[in-house]
Amino acid sequence: MKPEHAGLPQGSDVIVIGGGFHGTSSAFHLARRGAKVTLLESEYCARHASGVNAGGVRTLGRHYAEVPLARASLGLWHSLPELIGDDLAEAASFVASGQLQIAETPQELDKLRRRVAELNTLGFTHEVIVDVQQVREIAPRLAQHVVGGIWVEDDGHAVPYRAVTAFRHAAQRLGAQLHEATPAQTIERVGSQWRVHTTRGSFTAPWLVNTAGAWSGDFAAQAGDVVPMRPGGLMLMITQRVPHFVDPVLGAAGRPLSFKQFANGTVLIGGGLRCGADVVRRHGEVDFMKLSSSAQTVTDLFPHLGRINIVRAWAGVEAFMPDEIPVIGLSRHAPQLVHAFGFSAHGFELGPIGGQIVSELVLDGRSTLPITPFAVDRFAPATVH
Amino acid sequence: MGFEASPHTAAGHLAETVDVAIIGAGPAGMAAAITARQHGASVVLLDEQAAAGGQIYRGITTVPAQRLDVLGPDYGAGASLARDFAASGARHITGAAVWHVTTERQVHYLHGGGVRSLQADRVLLCTGAMERPFPIPGWTLPGVLTAGAAQILLKGSGMAPTRPVVLAGCGPLLYLLGWQYVRAGVPIAAIVDTTDGADYRRAIRHAGGALAGWRYLKKGLALMAALKRAKVPFYKGATELQVLGEGQATGLGFVSGGTRRQVASPLVLLHQGVVPNTQFSWSLRARHRWDEAQLCWSPVTDAWGELDVAGIFVAGDSGGIGGARVAALQGELAGLAAVAQNGKLAVPVRDSLAAPLQAEMREHLFIRPFLDALYRPKQANRIPADGTIVCRCEEVTAGDIRGYVKLGCTGPNQAKSFGRCGMGPCQGRQCGLTVTEVIADARGVPPEETGYFRIRPPIKPITLGELAREA
Repeated sequence: MKPEHAGLPQGSDVIVIGGGFHGTSSAFHLARRGAKVTLLESEYCARHASGVNAGGVRTLGRHYAEVPLARASLGLWHSLPELIGDDLAEAASFVASGQLQIAETPQELDKLRRRVAELNTLGFTHEVIVDVQQVREIAPRLAQHVVGGIWVEDDGHAVPYRAVTAFRHAAQRLGAQLHEATPAQTIERVGSQWRVHTTRGSFTAPWLVNTAGAWSGDFAAQAGDVVPMRPGGLMLMITQRVPHFVDPVLGAAGRPLSFKQFANGTVLIGGGLRCGADVVRRHGEVDFMKLSSSAQTVTDLFPHLGRINIVRAWAGVEAFMPDEIPVIGLSRHAPQLVHAFGFSAHGFELGPIGGQIVSELVLDGRSTLPITPFAVDRFAPATVH
Repeated sequence: MGFEASPHTAAGHLAETVDVAIIGAGPAGMAAAITARQHGASVVLLDEQAAAGGQIYRGITTVPAQRLDVLGPDYGAGASLARDFAASGARHITGAAVWHVTTERQVHYLHGGGVRSLQADRVLLCTGAMERPFPIPGWTLPGVLTAGAAQILLKGSGMAPTRPVVLAGCGPLLYLLGWQYVRAGVPIAAIVDTTDGADYRRAIRHAGGALAGWRYLKKGLALMAALKRAKVPFYKGATELQVLGEGQATGLGFVSGGTRRQVASPLVLLHQGVVPNTQFSWSLRARHRWDEAQLCWSPVTDAWGELDVAGIFVAGDSGGIGGARVAALQGELAGLAAVAQNGKLAVPVRDSLAAPLQAEMREHLFIRPFLDALYRPKQANRIPADGTIVCRCEEVTAGDIRGYVKLGCTGPNQAKSFGRCGMGPCQGRQCGLTVTEVIADARGVPPEETGYFRIRPPIKPITLGELAREA
């Protein structure tokens, strides 16, 4: 790909930095409402956390502040054909398999019961307590010691790279300009415009969207929004193909686990397993000591998997916030700047709605969804007057 | 979780520490071990086989005299190296499958059904070569093997085909195996050589005047003369190779001398040279370059074989194909550099010990451009037509990959996401080079620009149960 400064459509309305799920979804929703969008991606779209995560489309177990967003996003997942077209919806590969969070002790099950009761008082009824009998029906091969769990029937999973690529193509169909291998380096406000300097020249537009994932903190800081975001790696491993034995995505109440079997028989094992990340060399560093405890969890729950080969283990690079919920909202220090990052290893399901919220902030100045808990300045130390 | 800074494994036992860990017991690994021991380093050499020798000298410590006669004098040359290695005092862990090497030089391996690890001050990757993929129509049929696999059976267990066999492709191993089969009394239906007159004319320009070069050349010609004497049907300049048969190989079709031919055989042995086994160097994220002469990726190293990952060296064919003698010399050089870094050898001493090795290595490498030009595999046998399977694990064809390129796929890593190409149990070992070249060709860019699969641990299969026990 050649840099095409001469052919660049001058007068973009919005520049999006970062071609992950939230960046491509933002580009899509903005273009859908008629904005001229330019998206800048350092490597290629969905290269990091967005493309190599576990692919869980999960509203189950969300932080309460995230529940309204997650449920709205799930609605979009279920209506992808209307949103991005039949062909791209199929390419996005969403499967509504359901998600089950299992309790391995009565104490864990009590905790889950309390959570569901609280959700009900907040008006959310998507999480349902299931007893040991129902668990057996949902996942017959689970180890006998499991006592119950939470079931969300309309949750599911998708292949992350495919889902992001579908949104990317949907954005391009609507005229969004994508520039891969174009790392943004510095941003500056010049008059009423943002100017983004990249290794392939500068781009200008009145609005700027920061969806740069693990690299977002730097851009936020350049705009004056200093956040305690930390980059980290998120590990996953996948097995050889094995005969079909489980349909829904599984999580556990008492230990980190995200577990699913794909249609081709491979089993994906992850679940918030963090490791180190090198943001300069742009990779995560797999820590097999931690992966071994998740192998332990899996073989405890499905003893028959002990003899199955692991084919590959890898780590995506992600942005983590101290309170493990994202930053979504307008900059507090700079005009016409929207942040959406720090999804702390559970941003995939939120991709479709994240882009919609960004588009509302840019085009309407406010979102229809409750995003106050995600304000960029929520970590700021109390100022003394 | 608190594991990060601990010198202990999670099971609580102290991880073994060693000055030099060497992976692979071929000529490079054995020579490196001998050298490092001579200078007082503690050495652990890990290898999957039951005995030292690697692929080239497989079974050298146990080979019966009669089989030694069949296999020939070059193979026999490994015996003295294996003897010196056995006497070196290096700890040789046989039956060890190394599945993960970290940039911090931790070596994780499976042994006797358990997981083990050790912490090395320096690591030498001597993992040798593997055969270049040979993706022609029908190459995935039962009854098709690589010539190297057939030779493993011959060296390791004295097993040879009983029915007439077809050998096809190019490169010294093809003629050597043919010659070994003749000596073992194996019937050969045909040798189908893809090398043509133009290859010889191109190669001769690189032959140069080096004595070692002419020795290599003479050796090759002697093998071919012996095959001729044995009246083995020999077809030159073969093109349009295709394994015949439905559900099982029944022979090989090809064009030679302007005539379309078919040779019937239930066993087709394919070979078009060997390429570096770079799984570990890739998994360490070391820098690699596309070698246009050898048509493969090789890790970028300094003169001693050290990668751009501090303290980790490559020696032998895993750093670029040079053959057994060059591998042993590189092993010695890397061994010297490693013990010098350990502080067991002064740098001037290292350099004076290295000088004659480097001189001999130059002499042996002088012939490489000639061999690379002569046995350069044909484009049609590297970059197959649309219908041919490239990734056998996931059954992805060349046409599928070209389709991904049309959709914006720029390299092997995205090809994984588009169609699972390279994501099966072999981790792209068998298709990686083909995928690189198919994408580069379809995009009209040099392979260097497409990059390669990101290779992920485990490098060797490890089960969930085994990994769980490391906890």
